[in-house]
Amino acid sequence: MSALFPLSVRGATTRRRGKVLVGPVDLDLDTEGITVVVGPNGAGKTSLMRLLHGTARLHAGTINWACDVKTARNAQAFVFQRPVMLRRSVWENLAYPLVIRGVPRREAKARALDWAKRVGLAGMFDRPAPVLSGGEQQKLAIARALISEPELIFLDEPCASLEGRATREIEEILMAARDAGTRLLLSTHDMGQVRRLADRVLFLLAGRVHEDASASEFFAGPNTREAKAFVKGDIVE
Amino acid sequence: MVDLWEGLTQAFWLIVSLDAELAEIALRSLRITFTALALACLIALPLAALLAVRRFRLRRTVIAIMNALMGLPPVVVGLVVYVLLSRSGPFGALGLLFTPTAMIIAQMIVIVPLVASIAQQSLRELWHEYHDLLISMNVSQGQKMRTLLWDARRALLTAALAGFGRGIGEVGAIMIVGGNIDNVTRVLTTAIALETGKGEFALALALGFVLIALAISVNLAIHWISQTEREGRW
Ligand SMILES: Nc1ncnc2c1ncn2[C@@H]1O[C@H](COP(=O)(O)OP(=O)(O)O)[C@@H](O)[C@H]1O
Ligand SMILES: [Mg+2]
Repeated sequence: MSALFPLSVRGATTRRRGKVLVGPVDLDLDTEGITVVVGPNGAGKTSLMRLLHGTARLHAGTINWACDVKTARNAQAFVFQRPVMLRRSVWENLAYPLVIRGVPRREAKARALDWAKRVGLAGMFDRPAPVLSGGEQQKLAIARALISEPELIFLDEPCASLEGRATREIEEILMAARDAGTRLLLSTHDMGQVRRLADRVLFLLAGRVHEDASASEFFAGPNTREAKAFVKGDIVE
Repeated sequence: MVDLWEGLTQAFWLIVSLDAELAEIALRSLRITFTALALACLIALPLAALLAVRRFRLRRTVIAIMNALMGLPPVVVGLVVYVLLSRSGPFGALGLLFTPTAMIIAQMIVIVPLVASIAQQSLRELWHEYHDLLISMNVSQGQKMRTLLWDARRALLTAALAGFGRGIGEVGAIMIVGGNIDNVTRVLTTAIALETGKGEFALALALGFVLIALAISVNLAIHWISQTEREGRW
């Protein structure tokens, strides 16, 4: 039973110095699995996800989760494009969301070890997180997001600056999370990643949801010229 | 020249023989400054953390005042504390004037703005880094402050050491409120002033060497801490 979903968004808009970054967006979301927000740089992917997460200001419209705002935020986690590493060891980073929720340190450490093993960071459990490589940091950030067992995790271009192997490892972690029942809302501008991961696709352009379809529908035939061009790999602005 | 040379050799002997008077004065200095520093940190660090994570209307004003107070002449601090603690002052009944407690209070006031300013700068930097994550996690105000204070502990130690350096070498404030009483409130800096005035260069120089040694150790420690911090070895 989901506390968060369905999500209903009506006319949601966020601005920055008078300029509309995102919106108006209408969206109904109750899809299990991975929903991918795809679009060129500057399309508003980051802004839309922050808006849904509640960390960007909603200037107009409504965003309604199935529960109140505070419960909603606590049932979500956000993984940023550039992972935020606490200046602590790997395990203390993993344990942090548990510790601030009042889980005893011992238990938090045990669960941190479990997650470190799952994402292949057990060998650097005691190492300071800020000295890890980019890929390791991103894996740590994802495990730290998953450790509090959120219903939904947002991932903002999680593989944007990573090479092939790290990307594959991260996609495996994400698919495992999906199989375990977590819903994911992931942004990317990499069409290959959309093909590999998406259950549903939101094609974003100039701050608007340009197309909203299941992955198979989207790849079978994008409805708009811009989406067609983007799927083909042409440059879309 | 002869005086100086003689003073130097005598100073050397005072130090290597662990002269009782020298040791007593040095220890009193350390005790007073460490106590003042500890109290100053109890005020300055939470204040700095609050200034880093909270936006309130007077935030900029508070920071500006804090920075201005950093340049506060210790002599003036001493004067104000003297007036407050003197027999006819509001706290005169406590009888604290010319006691180590009065010196601790004065030093604390000198140290707080310095520690708070330096701490606030590093905590703000860290807050910039952490902001998105902690907001996303719905972390409470108190937890934010604790997280920042803990993760910036090296930078905060540097701030505290700077405060120590300012306190231990300070003479104006404690001279006024302590009175430089032998065996009670005489510390390194006030003793140097007195002995120099009397022409007793040997003890003055020995005290000076101890003071310099302390100052150098503090600066080495600060250097070492920021070095390890830059290299990410925490
Ligand atoms: N802090 C900001 N200030 C002003 N403009 C911004 C800011 N953040 C994003 N924008 C603008 O908003 C638009 C959408 O940005 P963003 O959501 O980051 O897109 P994406 O994640 O798809 O690359 C872009 O035109 C970007 O330049
Ligand atoms: Mg982005």
